[in-house]
Order: sequence, then structure tokens, then C-alpha cells
Amino acid sequence: MKQTIPLIIVFTFGFFVIIAFFIPLRVFQDASQTFETWYTGVIAFFVFIGIFNIIKVNVNKIQRKLSDWQYSIILLFFLAFMMGAGFIGGPEGGVFDYLFEHMQIPLGATMFSLLAFFVASAAFRAFRARTPEATLLLIAAVIVMIGRVPIGYYIWKGFPNLVEWIMSVPNTAAKRGILFGADLGLISMALRVLLGIERSYMGGGRE
Amino acid sequence: MSTEIGVWIAALLTLAIYSFLYKDNPFYKVAENIFVGVSAGYWAVILWFNYAWPNLFEPLIMRGSVIYLIPIIVGLMMFAPLIPRVSWLIRIPLTFTMGVAMALVILQRIQGEIFPQLQATFLPLSGVSPMQLISNLLIIFGVLSTLVYFYFSKAHRGVLGVFAKLGIWFMMVAFGASFGYTVMARISLLIGRVYFLLHNWLQLI
Repeated sequence: MKQTIPLIIVFTFGFFVIIAFFIPLRVFQDASQTFETWYTGVIAFFVFIGIFNIIKVNVNKIQRKLSDWQYSIILLFFLAFMMGAGFIGGPEGGVFDYLFEHMQIPLGATMFSLLAFFVASAAFRAFRARTPEATLLLIAAVIVMIGRVPIGYYIWKGFPNLVEWIMSVPNTAAKRGILFGADLGLISMALRVLLGIERSYMGGGRE
Repeated sequence: MSTEIGVWIAALLTLAIYSFLYKDNPFYKVAENIFVGVSAGYWAVILWFNYAWPNLFEPLIMRGSVIYLIPIIVGLMMFAPLIPRVSWLIRIPLTFTMGVAMALVILQRIQGEIFPQLQATFLPLSGVSPMQLISNLLIIFGVLSTLVYFYFSKAHRGVLGVFAKLGIWFMMVAFGASFGYTVMARISLLIGRVYFLLHNWLQLI
């Protein structure tokens, strides 16, 4: 029962949504739309369980006084503060927006900009023109990097156009080929899930 | 220098994150934990107001549609592992979402990606400028050779091997271009943060 019921659910709902797509009857369309609405609502619970886990892990860390437990207090304080601001004051305007604009946006942008340093240092160590393929990668990367800054234009006026061509011709061609492969793989994996062949997402155990 | 509290908060947090470039330190750890807390809180609020409330709770509470109790109960089953005896019930929300998500993946990928991308690859080889003709031929050969590289049912020898090799070259150019593009995107974020510090906070430029 613990295996069969979930497998019936995945098969029924999955194939119903697919079949409903090809049957232009109102009853099928409405039912399919309802399931999609439910699905959109249910996926919110995945984040709620994630937040519940963050709270659980950090409370546990504080209770046991594990290493760096003091930082968990800060994390929990700001989590509660942000949630309080959003649920009490609403998601638009007020304290919630203020925190988003003056804390989350700058922190997110700075975190990602930090990667510029690490990517640059990793590239310095990894970029070696040992083979023709590696040389191609190196040349393409250098052209795109130079061509996207004003100095590239001053070195050679054709750089921006060359970058545009690289992005829209060889880059598009290879990405499209990879995309076809990835999409076909994804579709076959989706069919495996719907048919109950792939079950690893349900967790371990046969029961 | 700015007199706005919000600008000061953002500037100090920015500096705290950049302090990691020297080495891991308490300032960075504080900023990192604030980021996790604020982000988690933000997404909880956004998902509630944009997903859970309008799709499940609003129809139930405001319109009295009792049928919406079903997805709410299914959603609450996500917390089943907290009670070991009924922990297997988590499989119900998992399989429900997987079922609908996989169905949507199949439909969206075929309709929204495979067909449009195929259509975009059927490019004209006549009535175009010589440069455009070369570009169109390169796109067609690029797509085909990349696909050949991922065809593993036959050994990559002879013509197939040449095509597969060509596919590697196309992919190397694409990876290099993507790498350069990503680096420049990060650099522009860095410039944005430095500009914020010098312009909005210190008001030097």
C-alpha cells in the first residue's frame, strides 16, 4: 500500500494532465487546470518544510552549543523578522520591502559578484592551451570577455560584432544540440517516473 | 557620505561580504547568516502570498470551496516524517507533484523547446547574403555535429568520428563563450557594488 498508492497517484495525475491536453473538452480542461492550480499551491509546502528544517537545524545547533552556534541566533532572528514583516505588514511596501531592498538585494549581488574573483583565479589556473579543443575554448572566452567591455572596442572596432556572431552562431548551434539531447533525456525520465520505473525520488525502502 | 540608514546597512553588509576575500572572518559569517535568514523569510512570504494563499487558502476561506481541503491536506502531508508511524505519507504530496510536474515537463519541452528550436534550425540557404549563408550553414552543421557527438549507439569512427570531432569544437566554442559571458556578468555585478559604495554611500563619484 505504501508503494502502490503513491504509484497510482503519479500515474493517474500525470497521464490525466497529458491526455487532457489533447482532448479539447471543457470537463477535461477544467479538471486539468484544477490539478495544475493544486500543484502550484502544494509546491509552496516544499519551501515551508525547507524553512521548518532551517529552524530545526539551527535551534538544535543553539541548544547543543555546537561550533558557531551564535550565528544561528542571527539567522533565526532575521528569518523571524523578515517573516513577521511580510505576514503582518504584507508583501508590498513597508518594512518587508525595505529589508528586501537594503539587505537581500545588496547581499545577493555582493555574494554573486564575489564569484568574479574566484572564477578569475580558477580560470587563471585552469586555462591551458594544451589541446586544440582547449585552445578553442580559451580563444572564445577571451574574445567574449574583451568584446563585452569598452576597451575591446578601442582595441579593434570589430570585437563587439565578433562577440555577437560567436554568441548567435557557434554558441547557438552547440547549445541547441545540447538542448535537444537534454530535452529528450528529460522527457524519457519523465515517462519513467510516470510509469513507475523510476522511483528513487520516493526515498529508500520497498515498503 | 550618505545619511540614509538603509544605504549604511547595505554598504556595511557589502563590505562584510567582501572581507571574505582576505579570509573567513566573523563579519562575513554574520552577513552570510543574515543573508540566509532574510532570503528564507522572503521566500516564505512570497510563496505564501503568491502561491499557497491564492491557489489553495483563498478559495477555501473566502469562497468556501471545500474541495480545496484536498490539496491543503496533501500539502500538510509534507510534514508526515515528523511522526515516524505515518512518515510514508510524504510520498503522496511527492508523487502528486511529480506526476503533474512530469506531465507539464513533457508537454512544455515538446511544445515550447523541441519544436520551436527545430523550426529555428531550418534556415534558408538561398536568397540570403554570403555571410548569412555561412552563418546558417554553420548553425545547421553545428546542431547536427553536436547531436552526433551525443549519439553513442555506434563507434565514433570514419565520417561519424569527423562529425563528432566537429561537434566537440562547436561545444568548446560555446563553453568558452558561456564562460566569458558569465565572468563578465559577475564583473558587472562587482562594478555595480563598487559604484554603490563610491556613489550612494561615500558619494565620492
